[in-house]
Amino acid sequence: MSRRKFLAASMAGSAAATLSLTSGAFGAALLEGYPDGMGVLVDMTRCIGCRSCEAACNKEQRLPAPDMAFDDPAAFDYSYHAGQKRRTTEAAYTVVNRYEIKGEEQPVYRKIQCNHCNEPACLTSCFVNAYTKTKEGAVVFNDKVCVGCRTCMVACPFNIPAYSYSSAFNPVVKKCVFCYETRLKNGLPPACVEICPQEALTFGNRRDLIKIAHQRINDNPGRYVDHLYGEKELGGTSWMYLSSVPFEQLAFDTTLGREPIISNVKGFLGAVPMVLAIWPALFTGFHLLATKKKHAEGHQDDHHIQEDDKR
Amino acid sequence: MKAIISRGFKPIDSPSPDNSARRWTLKEKLLLGMTPRQYFGQAVCNPFNWVLGLIFLIGVPLLIYRFAFGLGAVTHSSYDYPWGLLLGFGLFVMVPLSASGFLLGTAVNIFGRHDLHHIERLALLNGLLGYFFAVVFLLADLGQPWRLPYPMFVAFGTGAVLFLVAWHVSTYLSVQVAEVSEGFFEWMNWPQAAKFVKKITVGLTVSAIILSTLHQGALGALFTYAPGKLHPLWYAAEFQWIHFFCSSIAAGLCMVIVVSTIIKKTMAWRCDAGFLDNLDAQTITLAKGACMALITYFAIKMLAVAHDNEWAYLATGWGLWFLFELAFGILLPLVILSYGIRRERAGIVRLGAFATVLGIALNRLNCALIAFNWRLYQEVPHWAEVMLCVTIFALYIVVYRAILYRLPILYSWKAKEAHAPEAVKERIPFGVSVRPSHHQVFRTRD
Repeated sequence: MSRRKFLAASMAGSAAATLSLTSGAFGAALLEGYPDGMGVLVDMTRCIGCRSCEAACNKEQRLPAPDMAFDDPAAFDYSYHAGQKRRTTEAAYTVVNRYEIKGEEQPVYRKIQCNHCNEPACLTSCFVNAYTKTKEGAVVFNDKVCVGCRTCMVACPFNIPAYSYSSAFNPVVKKCVFCYETRLKNGLPPACVEICPQEALTFGNRRDLIKIAHQRINDNPGRYVDHLYGEKELGGTSWMYLSSVPFEQLAFDTTLGREPIISNVKGFLGAVPMVLAIWPALFTGFHLLATKKKHAEGHQDDHHIQEDDKR
Repeated sequence: MKAIISRGFKPIDSPSPDNSARRWTLKEKLLLGMTPRQYFGQAVCNPFNWVLGLIFLIGVPLLIYRFAFGLGAVTHSSYDYPWGLLLGFGLFVMVPLSASGFLLGTAVNIFGRHDLHHIERLALLNGLLGYFFAVVFLLADLGQPWRLPYPMFVAFGTGAVLFLVAWHVSTYLSVQVAEVSEGFFEWMNWPQAAKFVKKITVGLTVSAIILSTLHQGALGALFTYAPGKLHPLWYAAEFQWIHFFCSSIAAGLCMVIVVSTIIKKTMAWRCDAGFLDNLDAQTITLAKGACMALITYFAIKMLAVAHDNEWAYLATGWGLWFLFELAFGILLPLVILSYGIRRERAGIVRLGAFATVLGIALNRLNCALIAFNWRLYQEVPHWAEVMLCVTIFALYIVVYRAILYRLPILYSWKAKEAHAPEAVKERIPFGVSVRPSHHQVFRTRD
């Protein structure tokens, strides 16, 4: 093979590789959110731990019957792996946990479910594009293309996606979908919000919810910690929380920062086209340098193994 | 095998039986020139085969069980620990240990280090099989393995790191198949095909470097999706992919040393003199490369700790574990390798290579399992998952060994002089005198 032909071939190859592999979205900068995005404000000072939201979710999403009845307070004492409170599973898209806080008369209840991030880590980590952020703000999941790699579960900073490990032939990721198909799409609040007897959950336009939340904090500075969890965390989430005690005492991760998860990955994604562009020339150059001496000596026309190896 | 060779048996290493026009049939080649009875006899006599048989006796039904009843039946993979040992070992350990293919390809074909060419094919095969079995491990771990082609053909998550991994591993696998096929074509007596592969070697090698850099790095970049979950000492957003890439260089080179050591102990009958005589010198050369990679790796590991100012973590329990990984997985092998290189003692170098392989494996297991979810709890793999890993690894050994027995990896395929002219003619440049053609044999790969 002549050097010219080889160079042409490698250029064409790397150009093709560059085009095919880097044409993806390399993530946006900090998002300001979706203009029509809806959300839910969770006011934990109002929650009494009745778990009717869990029951409503179970019914709405047609999930299997729970191990413990939804009015059984023993669920709050359940823990696994010594100290882990309940989390979302393939059979429970939302759970409420109880936290006994020193110095507080009443326990604090925290509802967890998918927070429907503005820039979801699950979405950006999925190699088959199974996740979609709808204009209404929901992060929904297409189980028709899920390969079952479970990278989204690794990526989710809130440990939300669960997986139907028990299914042999169609295991997929399961998580709260904001009741997208049955309710949100039609402008209705999700089942858990609708049923809440304490109005601990407020459904509305995300921008309005932020205003309401700050209003509540301003009106009752003694009642609330001055922080709306989810307003800025990881680029913002559709579900946001108000609390009477510092969030870290309720097992919220307060170390996540404002940058969406994809920001951590951008460095590598940016290096990809660089490697594709630089390596061919660099290593072809090395090759030419390393084999030049042999050409000068007139041994071989090309890069092949020289005489002394032949027997 | 040793017994049968001591009785004068000579395994096939040329297209036809000595002094005859007859060609070996494919069946004869597959049986190395033995009768089926002889072949079966020597296989049964090998106690290692009994161990393999026992593993498959337990492992194969378990594998069937896994696919019939789902991952939940055989793993502790949980909502918190979606990746267990099948990926932690099968993907994250196997892939760096298989960096050997592109490293030796680069050294020989790009940098012109032809002194390493006796071990090049072994390194290429090690790379190909390592990647192939990483995919097998992946298939066993994926929820719906039959959908593996989806990122290629059905749905494209182009911004995802895993998308790059999928594309790079699959394209790199085909590059490696092409690289290794040269030996296969010689063995099949298809010299034209072998010659064609030879022609595109440099192109293949350059693509191999590109693809390897990217997906060895991409495996590290996968963890940058989990900044809060992976312990900060193992996490470095900017450096993660370079850490993985750099350590894979040491791992790949040392894996070739480890494999060639095992071959020398157990399969010397299949090696030709060129392989055996040059092995010690090549081992030391490879170890020099591994040392450079290890020193760099150590430097950038410390750089990452400094960059993120994580010194305070070193005083914690996790810090001790991190320091242990550095001491056992980088510094100790570095000391042993350097000592061995300096004294030119291949035996000591081999010990160092073994330590390096263990050290890099420990790093990958730390990232994928041990230091992952450090704020939650420790996951201990299910016994069945361990057994599945052992089974697939045993299958890897069986395939590896079967190929080494047959294809000209450890020995050179001797083509008869009668076939020589056409192969030689092509390669004579102007102004260079034709070599004397009285050689009995020559290496078609040269």
